[in-house]
Amino acid sequence: MLDILLPILIFSALALAAIGAVRRIRLWRQGRPSPVPVLRGLAAVPRRYLVDLHHVVARDKVMSNTHVATAGGFVAAMALAIVVHGLGLAEGVLGWLLLAASATMFAGSLFVARRRRDPPARLSKGPWMRLPKSLMAFSLGIFAVTLPAVGVLPADAGGWLVAVLLAAVVAWGLAELVFGMTWGGPMKHAFAGALHLAFHRRPTRFSVKRGGEGRSTGLKALDLDDADAPLGVEKPADFTWNQLLGFDACVQCGRCEAVCPAFAAGQPLNPKKLVQDMVVGMVGGSDARYAGSPYPGKPVGEHAGDPHGPIVAREGTALVDAETLWSCTTCRACVEECPMMIEHVDAIVDMRRFLTLERGETPNKGAEVLDNLIATDNPGGFDPGSRLHWAADLDLPLIADRGEAEVLLWLGDGVFDMRNQRTLRSLVKVLRAARVDFAVLGNEERDSGDVARRLGDEATFQRLARRNIATLSQYRFDRIVTCDPHSFHVLKNEYGALGGDYEVFHHSTYLHTLIEAGALSITPTALGRVTYHDPCYLGRYNGEYAAPRAVLEALGVELVEMARSGYRSRCCGGGGGAPITDVPGKQRIPDMRMNDVRETGAELVAVGCPQCTAMLEGVVAEDRAEIKDIAELVAAALGDDATPAPAASDTRRTTEEVMG
Amino acid sequence: MSHDTTKQASGGLDVAVLVSVGRHPLTARARRADHDARAVELALGLEAARVRLIHAGRNDPDSEAALRDYLGMGFASLTRIDQPAGADVLPALLEALREAAPQLLFTGSRAETGEGSGLLPYLLGEALGWPVVTGIAAVESVEGGTATLLQALPRGQRRRLRVRLPALISVDEAGPAPRQSAYGPARRGTLSAETRPAETDDALAGWTLEPARARPKRLKIVKASSARERFKAAAAKAEGGGGQVLTDVTPEQGAEAIFTLLKEEGVLRH
Ligand code: SF4
Ligand code: SF4
Repeated sequence: MLDILLPILIFSALALAAIGAVRRIRLWRQGRPSPVPVLRGLAAVPRRYLVDLHHVVARDKVMSNTHVATAGGFVAAMALAIVVHGLGLAEGVLGWLLLAASATMFAGSLFVARRRRDPPARLSKGPWMRLPKSLMAFSLGIFAVTLPAVGVLPADAGGWLVAVLLAAVVAWGLAELVFGMTWGGPMKHAFAGALHLAFHRRPTRFSVKRGGEGRSTGLKALDLDDADAPLGVEKPADFTWNQLLGFDACVQCGRCEAVCPAFAAGQPLNPKKLVQDMVVGMVGGSDARYAGSPYPGKPVGEHAGDPHGPIVAREGTALVDAETLWSCTTCRACVEECPMMIEHVDAIVDMRRFLTLERGETPNKGAEVLDNLIATDNPGGFDPGSRLHWAADLDLPLIADRGEAEVLLWLGDGVFDMRNQRTLRSLVKVLRAARVDFAVLGNEERDSGDVARRLGDEATFQRLARRNIATLSQYRFDRIVTCDPHSFHVLKNEYGALGGDYEVFHHSTYLHTLIEAGALSITPTALGRVTYHDPCYLGRYNGEYAAPRAVLEALGVELVEMARSGYRSRCCGGGGGAPITDVPGKQRIPDMRMNDVRETGAELVAVGCPQCTAMLEGVVAEDRAEIKDIAELVAAALGDDATPAPAASDTRRTTEEVMG
Repeated sequence: MSHDTTKQASGGLDVAVLVSVGRHPLTARARRADHDARAVELALGLEAARVRLIHAGRNDPDSEAALRDYLGMGFASLTRIDQPAGADVLPALLEALREAAPQLLFTGSRAETGEGSGLLPYLLGEALGWPVVTGIAAVESVEGGTATLLQALPRGQRRRLRVRLPALISVDEAGPAPRQSAYGPARRGTLSAETRPAETDDALAGWTLEPARARPKRLKIVKASSARERFKAAAAKAEGGGGQVLTDVTPEQGAEAIFTLLKEEGVLRH
């Protein structure tokens, strides 16, 4: 009896899955076109799955093994079941292999069940709670019906009642695992996830056999020359189709939620919920069936949308509220953690672009900052002719006077900020001590465009970028060095699309090469316990975790790491224009970060970003650790005969030499 | 979706706003003029109004970018009356306004470029025979041919005024902060050019223009021994101490009194 039922079950499940797949693909295709290499993409899936995805999943060892056993067991069991039970070819080892595969899968599903017994808050409940049972039903059912096929049990063991029961169990398993995959159950992540790996919008984020960085973090440029191209994303269908596919791949594991600083601060953002809302919008309906943590302070069930309706309502509610989008610091912690390689930050900036460029609704100080950038090329509205006032006594060489230099020192908008001027003075002192041939743009420098772009003002970003590129093209230099990771990222990764390709160094990397080359004589000083705060735009955006630590080690400090450091570093709260849009929460992100510092017992936290410095120094707390930029620490270790001022030190040195 | 389409649909009040090309105080880059933008904001706040923007002046790329800033506040079009350099825009504006016949006309109180004398609203009001009200912070209501307005006075005081339409309302920094200008509508909107006869400003041609210098301030000597007194002195109204309030006097008597005062203060010297 089973040999009649099983083929019917298996093939109808496959047929239903195929129908579901077509329907799902239609949902994705509502999005805007985005050309992909279909065959090459599909061919890359195994490597992207086994290397890149597992690189992320393996950060949680138990979960990683669970997934390998369950998913690997399932894929093998399903393939073999089609052959053994679907086509009735049980000869030889096939049946035994099928038994082994389903047993492995069953073992994996026990771990899934264990994790679901008391699930952490970040996991979604709802239909996900039945998944371990469905996995067991499939694996046990297939195991049992395979026993007669290999001759361990007689073919008619148990009679027809048992046969019908077993068929029902297998049907349950098939429903969840095969056509549930394309009809929208928890297993949808397997189908959408595999295709997302194949057709990802950022193929260069994956590693390749030849090596290379496997990183792609620069935002994609809008085509502003095409008057008909939409300015950002207004409705779900404005995303590209492979972005929609990406949202659909989410497994609701909540890893993104667990690391999101805005969520932890009680601001109305949860990256997992945001991705689910995009799925709700793509399919059409309300978020009432979402079974995970909500946006803090926003109950589930009050928002709804459809593929061609606005995501953010002008008045009232639609799919998402604007303040959710403006809470993000663009720290990329979510993207770094996401096992499904979903690009939350791209999506958030896409939606911000529409709000800023089409609606003119950049909240709080946003509009003012953008107006300043347009009128004065800096966010504070300072006189652009006063960019070098802080360095009146330093006699900085202007590249305009010399035409070329080995190092172009990009100063950034920190020139207008008294705190950052101390960092800049230190950096100049170090460069002079190492006798680096450097020059600055002076008043010719403009804001890099970072803040404008993250606030969604692509037009202002491109205008600033184009003018900076035009200025830079007049001069010859080997590399750009900057102490601002935001300028660093934009110059290095985002100017390329507009025609500006440079070799750019963050000052920590550059100082490290100077130390390695022996160009600096450092006297290690007793600094006590020091911890290091990774700036998001240096670490996660550009993969530089080692150089700043190496510099600190060269200074002879005792480095203690925070619980969240390196790729898991917690944002200071200063990125993405978040201090400008200033969405209220329950606590402040920099306060949480200084708590992380306090837990290490460090007396000093080394930073490498003017924004981080400002955010962390803004924290008011008793016995708060001191905050020092790496450049300041290096400068202090140079001893007294190094000074930032050029002429004086040079003449003194020469006189000493002559007299000596 | 832009404001004037919604507003057109509802018909109702006909409103025009005169907008000019502004100039950033630090960088001198062309931009929407602050007072004019506030006037536009005030007009956009009117219910069931049909708002149109009118500009008269020279047409060059800089001014186009600045005018588009107004479109970015949510307009599909702006009427641009092209005038050659050195023209007096008053006659052309008058002609256009007589044709358009708005019930309310908004302007900024003074331009950020050119003469910037702040006289244009008065000259227009005089020529059209309309009442001119200045420094308006809010329009409370427009009913039965009368508008109820709030006029800003120093130190946050407000005075309620009622004026018969049509009227000219000028707006300064007491007006509402202008909304953000959005790139999309600014780029899409159309500048529809109108040609009107241009008259050269002969007076202007005879003038020499030079950059303005900061005017010296009259020093206020404060003899204060405590911080509290210094604070009071700094926050106090600039009171002349003397002075008189004249009520129920003929214009001649009033003019006589003002003339005497100006002589006493040394403003007039004969
Ligand atoms: S980028 Fe950072 S702040 Fe934004 S959603 Fe992701 S984790 Fe949260
Ligand atoms: S977006 Fe990624 S990290 Fe977040 S819940 Fe979905 S799969 Fe997990």
